[in-house]
Formats: sequence, structure tokens, C-alpha cells
Amino acid sequence: MNLRGIFAIYHFEMSRMFRTVSQSIASPVLSTALYFIVFGSAIGSKIGNIDGVNYTSFLVPGLIMLTILNQSVSNASFGIYFPKFSGTIYEILSAPISPIEITCGYVLAAASKSVLVGLIILITSAFFIEITILHPFWMLLFLILMSITFSLFGFIIGIWANDFQKIQLIPSFILTPLTFLGGSFYSISMLPDFWQKLSYVNPIVYLISSFRWSFYGNSDVNVVVSISATFFFLVLCMVFVSWIFKTGYKIKT
Amino acid sequence: MIAIDIKNLNKSYENGLKALKNINLSVRSGEIFALLGPNGAGKSTLINIICGISKKTSGKVTIFGKDNILDYKFTRSKIGLVPQEIATDSFEKVINTLKFSRGLFNKVPSDEYLSFILKSLNLVTKKNNQIRTLSGGMKRRVMIAKALSHEPKILFLDEPTAGVDVNLRKTLWNFLNKLKKNGVTIFLTTHYIEEAENIADRIGIINNGEILITENKKKLIEKLGEKKIIITINSSHNKISYITKKYQLKKNKNKLSYIYNSKKNIDLSASLLSDLVKSSVKIDDIEIEKSNLEEIFLNMVEK
Repeated sequence: MNLRGIFAIYHFEMSRMFRTVSQSIASPVLSTALYFIVFGSAIGSKIGNIDGVNYTSFLVPGLIMLTILNQSVSNASFGIYFPKFSGTIYEILSAPISPIEITCGYVLAAASKSVLVGLIILITSAFFIEITILHPFWMLLFLILMSITFSLFGFIIGIWANDFQKIQLIPSFILTPLTFLGGSFYSISMLPDFWQKLSYVNPIVYLISSFRWSFYGNSDVNVVVSISATFFFLVLCMVFVSWIFKTGYKIKT
Repeated sequence: MIAIDIKNLNKSYENGLKALKNINLSVRSGEIFALLGPNGAGKSTLINIICGISKKTSGKVTIFGKDNILDYKFTRSKIGLVPQEIATDSFEKVINTLKFSRGLFNKVPSDEYLSFILKSLNLVTKKNNQIRTLSGGMKRRVMIAKALSHEPKILFLDEPTAGVDVNLRKTLWNFLNKLKKNGVTIFLTTHYIEEAENIADRIGIINNGEILITENKKKLIEKLGEKKIIITINSSHNKISYITKKYQLKKNKNKLSYIYNSKKNIDLSASLLSDLVKSSVKIDDIEIEKSNLEEIFLNMVEK
């Protein structure tokens, strides 16, 4: 196994993040802080409690998940797309490193960035809002698992994309709407019956709900179903990535 | 020992373009092999397939006896590649990009070896500079340094001196010769015939995806090269017309040109001189011109 190769990619990607701290860390943290101010303090005070949890506190898991999903996809897609765009991908393709090792390097770096940003948001919010974490182990596990899964998804987008516009296409038109409609800012039980049923088709509902469960012990859906759905999506992404490398799709001519 | 062995290699694209047609080629360990060919001849495609960047349609490539697909970890660990286009991470420092390349090829970190490479390519003073701040020539050196950072046994250079000034070109030639002395096999493609003529041991000519010839450089020039003997005579002479016709000489004022190809014709220069002397023609000067690689190359690809 080419562990040095994996570390080289990981280290390169993490260095890029630290070179662009304002874009990689400060920007998502600031955006989330603005959500807290607008939805939590301004509008939240009018809403009251949801499932026995103060609305501002209720928001925290949803906002972390919203950031995690977006950051994982954008970090990983940009990480692999940029070498394709600049031409430096030649070095990765001509190195004695397997497709799995390449994927590990990029996906672990993207997931690490997301987990870091998620934890920063959590720590920052703890200064202003009362946060309870009933299941810290599961909280951390969800955080890592979803970061890895969506980084893998972002990696696929980065390989598929052949221009910068396409990198933003799926996050903007599919992922963000699904996350907003997936219960980041509300409980599914607050919706009318028809919209509740429709929401259960949205996979993001399961992710946010299970993550919120790790905080407050309340969930709109069965946690086991959520974990199974996340694993299923993870395996699906892995199968797709291995197919990409096997066929050279969008990488090798 | 054979470093690179290519057998019946073909490459076709989905649009039907046949980029490589039944390529058979061997490069011995420790030699400098230059592949010449016009734009679109298939030079880069060939290198990309050997290095694992492009897929082949059929055929086999082995590096030191191992298949470049089945044993890709072994074969790629032996190869360093300098692509045609300058492609670097602009915001990365020179030293960090070398460390990245070395790590990628699973080599133990070695500041000592990287310092040696930086020194060899006159990059020591630039090691902490961001790559984007370097000149085009310096970036080209960084590309070469990256390719050498993992101590490869075979170095592929795809038009390494394109757009590089004469000084840097000569520095690079000297450096490649040093690498050769250290046992590194060098496979380069070039547009500069002078480059191949100066540093290559063997030369291949490729056109329209087909290798037209591979030959030792000197033998190639001897085998395919024409010689021209220019004889300057003192004055016109009545019997010259007979000699001109016999040897198919070209006459320009008092200069007689005799052209022959050692492969196609018998060398009649001795007989020509003898006839001129017998005819009492006074010879002022004799010049011999050999055709160079450029003429051979143009002759082959324009056929």
C-alpha cells in the first residue's frame, strides 16, 4: 500500500486549506453565524420550542449538517477537479498509486476539513446557545460518516465535471434545496400530512434527523434506518468511484 | 538490458482516429532515445500510454520486463515524466512540490536528495519561492526536478526544451548526459532536430502514428544521408560537358556539384576526380557536405 502517496495528497490538500483559511474556514463559519442570528435570535424567539428543545438550540445540528454536506461536496469536487483543469493530474495518473489510494487521499482531506469546520461551528455556537449532546459518540460518528460519504459524492462530481459551472450544478440545484427541505430549520412533524410524506423521500431528512437525535434524543425517523441509508449511499458512491477508475471515465483518454 | 519494450501497440479514439499503428520499439537501459515527428504524429500519445495516462487499444508495453498495466506500481515507480505543457500548482513552493512528488511515488523523505536535484538544476535560490513567481524556463526546470524527485530509472521528456532559450537548452543537455552516465534511460520527444543530433544515441522517426525508422544516430545519418561534393575548377573546359553528363553533375559557374547517396548509389567521387585530372582540369577547391538529421527527417515525413 502506498501510504506515503496517500499522505502526500492529504498533506497537499490540507496545506491548500490552511493557505486559504478565510475561504476554507472563516467563510462557512461566518455564514452559519449569520443563520444563527437571523433564524435563531431574530425569528427563533417568535417560534418557541420544538420537541421540547429551544428553537435556536434545535437549529444547531441542522446548520452543522447543512455546512458539512456543502463543504464536503465542494472541498472534494474542487480537490480533484482543479488538477484536471490545471493539467497536474498527469502526476497522479503516472504515479504508482492505486485508485483506492488516490480516492483515500482526496476524500479523507475533504472530510477532515468538513469535520474541522463542523466542530468549529459547534464550539462557537456553544458560547452563545445552550447545547446538549446526549450521544456524543454517535454525534461524532455521524459527523465523520457523513463527511466521508459526501466527500466521496463530491469527488465523483469533481471527476464528472468538465467546467467550473458543473461543479456547482449538483450542489446548487439538488443538494442545497434537499438540505433546506430536509429539516435543517424545522421538524418534519410541523409540516402538513402530504408534505410530511413527501419529505420522507428526501434522503437528507434521514441524515439531519439522526444527527439531531444524537444531540437531543428526538428524531423524525428511525435512527437505524438513517444509519443504514447513509451506509447505503456510502457504498453506492464507492462502487461508482471504483467504476470510474476501472474505465478511466473522464480521466483517461 | 531492455528498459522499455513495446509490442504491436495500437491506439484508436472513439472518433475513429488511429493515433498509433502497430508500434514496435525497444529502448535499452542507459541510452538516450529521441523520438522525432511532426505535430500530431503520435509522440505524446505514445509516452502517455507508457506512463499510464492514456489507455491503449491493443498491444503490450513492458518496463524492465514487467507489464505496465498488470504491474503498474512497479513500472510507474521506475518512471519520471516531464509532460509537454507546463502544469504546476502555482501557489505551491518549489521545495514543497518536490516533496509532494517524492511522497506520491512512495519514497522515503530525503532533504539531501532533493537538495542535490535543486542544485543540479540551479534552483537552490528558488526553493522557497511560489512556482507562480518563476519564469517559464524556471518552471520547466521545476517540472524536470519533480520528475526526478523519486530517483526514476527512466526519464520521459515530452518536448522538454520547447520555448526554452539556448542557454537553458544547453544546460539541460549537459544535465541529461550526466543522468545518462548515472544509468538513467532517457526517452525524449523533440521538435528540435539539433537536440536529437546533439544528445541522442538512437533516433526514431514517427509520422501519422507509425514508426518509420529507429536507428543509431550515426548509422541513420550514414544510411539515409546524402553527400555532396562541390568541386571548384579554375575555368571552363571543353571536355567538362562529357564529364558533367557522365556523373550527372550540376554546374553553377565554375562549381561542379556531385550528389550521391551511399545507400542508393555507388560512390563515384574517386573516379570523377580521376577523370577531371585526366582531362587536365585544374581544381581549385573540393568541399564535402553531409546532409544532416533535419534533411533526413524532412525527407522521411514528406514522402
